[in-house]
Amino acid sequence: MSAILASIQWDLLSLTPPGWGGNLLRGLAKTFQIALGAYVLGLTIGLAGALGKIYGGPVLRWGLEIYTTLIRAVPELVLILLLYYAGTDLLNQALEGLGYERVDISGLAAGIYVLGLVQGAYATEVLRGAILAVPAGQVEAAAAFGMSWVQRHSRIVIPAMIPFALPGLANLWLIVTKDTALLAVVGFSELALETRQAAGATKSYFMFYVIAAMLYLLLTLVSNVVFRWIEHRYRRGQPELN
Amino acid sequence: MQWYWLPEYAPKFAEGLWLTLQLLGLSLFFGMCLAIPIGLVQVTGPRPLAWAARAFCTMIRGTPLLIQLWLVYYGLGSLFPSVPGIRESFLWPILREAFPYAIFVFTLSVAGYEGEVMRGAFRGVPKGELEAARAFGMHPFTVLRRIWLPRALQNVFPTLAGEMVLTLKSTPLAATITIFEVYGISTIVRQETYRIYEPLLFVAGIYICLTGVIVLLFRWAENRIPRVRAG
Repeated sequence: MSAILASIQWDLLSLTPPGWGGNLLRGLAKTFQIALGAYVLGLTIGLAGALGKIYGGPVLRWGLEIYTTLIRAVPELVLILLLYYAGTDLLNQALEGLGYERVDISGLAAGIYVLGLVQGAYATEVLRGAILAVPAGQVEAAAAFGMSWVQRHSRIVIPAMIPFALPGLANLWLIVTKDTALLAVVGFSELALETRQAAGATKSYFMFYVIAAMLYLLLTLVSNVVFRWIEHRYRRGQPELN
Repeated sequence: MQWYWLPEYAPKFAEGLWLTLQLLGLSLFFGMCLAIPIGLVQVTGPRPLAWAARAFCTMIRGTPLLIQLWLVYYGLGSLFPSVPGIRESFLWPILREAFPYAIFVFTLSVAGYEGEVMRGAFRGVPKGELEAARAFGMHPFTVLRRIWLPRALQNVFPTLAGEMVLTLKSTPLAATITIFEVYGISTIVRQETYRIYEPLLFVAGIYICLTGVIVLLFRWAENRIPRVRAG
């Protein structure tokens, strides 16, 4: 125990060099940005996917089924590599085809795109279940009022499904914040990679990984509080669960 | 797409697959052994134990597995040599290998996630059944062994199938601490042949097959559980 405590050098955490605290906090901010971007992209894909799965024709439904099944059966690490290489390749081929120069995609954009595609598959399933849980009578009532399909969905179905979707969506947010760490393997500088660099440079592996774990935990705990508050708001007037 | 490398690396992939299955099997076994008491104490245990189990689950579920893996392998691993006498002890050959660290971390991870699942499972067993068992004069351990645990497991069976797939999908992380399981082998192929997509697609296919096998196994086992369905 004393060996562990002796290995902690707190001055390594100061916010300015030679301390690495600033790098860790920048990494945390990057992690948050990537997670938020990927989450929003995932929700967008998920909403479109859920509507497609419910109302689409056989070809669209079948395609979405393949998308959600494959994404959920392949490890995130493998998917991230595949999507990253495939995405940058396709983009550059398209750019070259149009006569532009090849570009290097920024880590932030690539991370958001890769994790967003993965999140989209999970979000599709969550939102599909939530939309189907909206009582049919409410939708029929909306139709009886003469609302168009778009009005019915933007005014009734989507607001009414949110309480059903929230637990699943909260879970997805926690998953995406943790999945950002996988981007370190591809070389995007977020919290996990900043931590690895700090640990490697100072040789205080134990301390830096503990600090990183605590930062991720903090993000999770704060997110829990926020989601509990949102859920409380959206469940107003509904009977208590449990 | 060029697959000329496949015959050459096939034996390595077979070894990697065996390593993946070992990682999965051992961590699931030890993890479930921990998850059952962790779930149980949260439902019936004394306050401090329940609180500790709850804190453990929150910590495991609130941090990325990759960070846990690096924390234990690089972090703890770098502290061990400074402990006096450890290099002469019988533990040293074990502590030098990466595999035990991976098993340790994956076990804790399974224990954390499944502990939470088992908490709900134990709570979900109808009180009347437990009271009936007690009324028969069963010892608390007999109640657990014969009634509570089987009923709890039965209720969360489909959830456990999903959790097992998630554990399978986290095993590639072991490659980041020098364990060359199936995904790790594909990174070797990538470095040696400069083919990017083929090895990745190949392992993706392997994982899809493994996922399919797990899903089918669980469906088969689920059908063997006798149960009365309402309606």
